[in-house]
Amino acid sequence: MKITGLIIAILAGALLIYATADFPGWGDAASPASTHVSPRYIEKTMEETSVPNMVTAVLADYRGFDTMFETTVIFSAGVVCFILLRVFGSEEPKESLYRHVLTGVTIRVRAGGEIPPDSDDFERIDVMWTPFDLIIKTMCRILIPFIQLFGLYVIAHGHHSPGGGFQGGVILGASIILFAISHDLRTALRRIRERIDALLCATGVFIYAGTGALCLLLGLNFLDYAALASILGVDPITARSHGIFIVEIGVGIAVMATMIWIYNNVSSRGKYDEGL
Amino acid sequence: MGDLIQLLVAKYNYWIYITLMMIGLYAMIAKNNLVKKIVGMNIFQTAIILFYVSIGSKKGGTIPIIEHGHGAAGSHVVHAADYINPLPHVLMLTAIVVSVATLGVALALAIKVYERYNTLEEDEILAQIREK
Repeated sequence: MKITGLIIAILAGALLIYATADFPGWGDAASPASTHVSPRYIEKTMEETSVPNMVTAVLADYRGFDTMFETTVIFSAGVVCFILLRVFGSEEPKESLYRHVLTGVTIRVRAGGEIPPDSDDFERIDVMWTPFDLIIKTMCRILIPFIQLFGLYVIAHGHHSPGGGFQGGVILGASIILFAISHDLRTALRRIRERIDALLCATGVFIYAGTGALCLLLGLNFLDYAALASILGVDPITARSHGIFIVEIGVGIAVMATMIWIYNNVSSRGKYDEGL
Repeated sequence: MGDLIQLLVAKYNYWIYITLMMIGLYAMIAKNNLVKKIVGMNIFQTAIILFYVSIGSKKGGTIPIIEHGHGAAGSHVVHAADYINPLPHVLMLTAIVVSVATLGVALALAIKVYERYNTLEEDEILAQIREK
């Protein structure tokens, strides 16, 4: 198998390298990729959408359908992870570990047993529990708000600088995942519950598709943001810019929620009990 | 010799991506462990992402964000030669996030396989399937 694989890889690689003889050179301004549709985007984006960042304009306006279905793909990936892994009606774990906060004594509670529910003296801990780490927890507590602020900035400033819904959404999702890693999964789940997360995931896609449908209702094509001009009270070109922003918010919410959802499902094997 | 160096300078980016891509392909074919296969798939995807981004580059062009664009719509002429092609960046922007999502699905499937067969080694899984 290894030899066959090696032969296939080398043959395919040799064929591809042979094919590069016909490729345009690196950075060639006359290459096919930069001569047909690209000049149109570069020269017309500003006057048609008033968005300086061409990538954002092409992403959400010229190629709006592509991005909408990419968002749907991400949403489906989240749903697939959920369907594959999630275990409901949890058979109780054989024993769960509790730690007495004041003395640091760990007690094992067998299945069926319970600690007094109104007691604040005990905290549930993971099997792979490590002692309270001051440096990690303090650093994460300081960093996470700034990461989230930066994520919001990246979403909101996607018109004028590198950024947009996908990047900002991933940064926001990463902040929550960092929280789940530095503390534990249950603490993170108390902040963003599974139900809210799944709802957010669907809401993001809904905002995107809903904006498109609104344009349709207002008499123009699906995802033609110029139709929003009458609602927003601006001229059609600025309306495109605002429409792109609304859609980017939808993408950001969907990506953030999906990242968290996938992490929660994969790290806890669908039990939502103990994470990494 | 001069021709060869010229060819090397013009095309070496593609050769790097092809090498990376073949590393990924080899890992997908030859590795026994399912997680290593998934990592191979990710290397393959990364090679394609790099390939697309390098297609977008243009000598003398800057990033595709119009300079002094804020608040001055259409006040100055934009030349296509000054900016690189935005389209590959758009395509890869979505592809990166989608590749993370597909990685999640692949890992979820690997977890299900592990729960069922108690191993992630391909030959052991096949042996267990044949026994049944």
